[in-house]
Amino acid sequence: MAAFKGTDFYQFENLLSDEERLIQKTVRDFVETEFLPLLRDSYRKGEFPAQIIPKLGELGLLGPNLSGYDCPGLNNLAYGLINQELERGDSGLRSFASVQGSLVMYPIYTFGSEEQKQKWLPKLAAGEAVGCFGLTEPDFGSNPSGMRTRAEKTDGGWLLNGAKMWITNGSMADICVIWARTNEGVRGFLVERGRAGFETKTMHGKLSLRASDTAELLFENCELPEENLLPKTDGVKSALKCLSQARYGIAWGAIGAAMACFEEATEYSKGRIQFDGKPISSHQLVQEKLAYMLTEITKAQALVFQLARLKDSGVVTASQISLAKRNNVNHAIEIARLARQVLGANGILDDYHSMRHACNLESVLTYEGTHDIHTLILGYEITGTPAFS
Amino acid sequence: MKIIVCLKQVPVKDSLLKIKDDETWVHEDDLSYEINESDHYALETALRLKEEHGGEVVILTMGADRVREAIKQGLAKGAERAIHINNESFTTIDSNINAKILAAAIKTEQPDLILTGLQTDDYGSAQTGVILAEYLGLPHAGIVMEIQKQEGSIKVKRELESGWFQSVELPMPALLTIQSGINQLRYATIKGIMMAKKKEIKQPTLSDLGLSESDVAPGSSSLKFQKIYVPKKTKQTQFFEGDPKDIASQLVDKLRNEAKVF
Repeated sequence: MAAFKGTDFYQFENLLSDEERLIQKTVRDFVETEFLPLLRDSYRKGEFPAQIIPKLGELGLLGPNLSGYDCPGLNNLAYGLINQELERGDSGLRSFASVQGSLVMYPIYTFGSEEQKQKWLPKLAAGEAVGCFGLTEPDFGSNPSGMRTRAEKTDGGWLLNGAKMWITNGSMADICVIWARTNEGVRGFLVERGRAGFETKTMHGKLSLRASDTAELLFENCELPEENLLPKTDGVKSALKCLSQARYGIAWGAIGAAMACFEEATEYSKGRIQFDGKPISSHQLVQEKLAYMLTEITKAQALVFQLARLKDSGVVTASQISLAKRNNVNHAIEIARLARQVLGANGILDDYHSMRHACNLESVLTYEGTHDIHTLILGYEITGTPAFS
Repeated sequence: MKIIVCLKQVPVKDSLLKIKDDETWVHEDDLSYEINESDHYALETALRLKEEHGGEVVILTMGADRVREAIKQGLAKGAERAIHINNESFTTIDSNINAKILAAAIKTEQPDLILTGLQTDDYGSAQTGVILAEYLGLPHAGIVMEIQKQEGSIKVKRELESGWFQSVELPMPALLTIQSGINQLRYATIKGIMMAKKKEIKQPTLSDLGLSESDVAPGSSSLKFQKIYVPKKTKQTQFFEGDPKDIASQLVDKLRNEAKVF
């Protein structure tokens, strides 16, 4: 199969600086050469290909939009392009990088003490340590404010009890950012692997995001010293601030998955001959699918290019990010499903990418705020009346 | 050790090429470009030599504004600075003219080593490197696979035909044309890309290099593109007649003398 070229019908790439273009090209080549050869085996086994982690660190793809502490300080456009290219490979790869950068490094960077930053950020940036983010619980997904995990103040520290679920990178994490209810409201804590009273359980049987590590985190009288509190966290809004970072990356990443499917379906349709020796790309119903894919990818690109500008100028709102995440993932999964249809029976084999992307996007559709929750966020934005409490 | 690496930007390998109406070249407007493959290996080789022995790597390239992308990539991978001879008018197929221009730029630098790719993926003449060595009056070795630096000289392994290799020792300064695939190419890191923004890209004019337009004008070339075309697919079927023995004998004759398969 020819190397991935990307979709750029409206010449968005002309808006990129030399550096942004080179970053995109580098990540694209990296995914093609270093990641995709590992993927089929990892996906079949249901494992994240952990050997890629140091390479992600070496390239500077972990926490790339943070500055200092060995992070390169990229703008948000370049950060978005990285997410797009990673998810072109697999949503599991982008999820790994999103969690590490936006949900672990970002909260340490934003809410952590100087000691916490010095201790963890360089290691996390280099891929020498892996992090995870524990907010969701078995009974509290869309409503994190209801969380049951509790941290009780003790002499010189905290006592943590509770359980977190659906935690990306959970089994392999060296450091966890854990959100817990306290007498002062919800606060964030750092919990290191190996601490007494802390266990992880890998979640098996996933039909989606198979090349991603998903775990439960269990805390039973887990003692934490005072210095493990993220001192600047202040309520569940601090956790939601992290999610806005990650959702921004997802809005870009979904386009990468959609591009991979569009390109695969287009190429396949030109070579698949049916009815009177003609390629199926000459059929009107196939062309309609391809036209839909190109249109929605192009519209999604327009959203994120402007969203990047808003974010870089510091005026972006959470609901603007919600709109892009909601729209882009929703259309990406439709594109992936249509691409699978164009591929016919061949499309169900893992020789091809579209069905894997479609399966992955089922998770992406409902994580980091479900599609429906983002709808309600926009409903609240439009009407001023929340449909949720 | 100062090493100059000559980089050329060429159309991306699996580009869809459309031939121009005058059949002298392809339409370039809708092409994407990349660093020529063996030049990539020349750069990687230079960076490894620098990392082992110290010194600097300087990228030298010629061409239009678009080659800045290739230069930035080289700088991001670790080259210290670049020289970009930016002039569309003397883009030519003539390796002799290209070598003359490159030689003029190299003379101002006094490098210890000059590395080029073995050949370019577009014209594929494999001439520029060796002609460049002649203009500079330097020893050269082609199709180089390994380099060992010694005191004042280098020892190189060259690839010959049929799986043979040759070991050659050359005094420095010298010019080497590098074979593809001889080492593992590095990626430009994000930090490298950001640092490249601050690195020098010198853009000398022809007069800075002591050359005039007439020295390098395409019209001064002794080479001219006559025609470029896509090979036509042809298919011929021949039926042999006679008894099986005759047919076998005719078939063997064709295979031996026309198809030359044995």
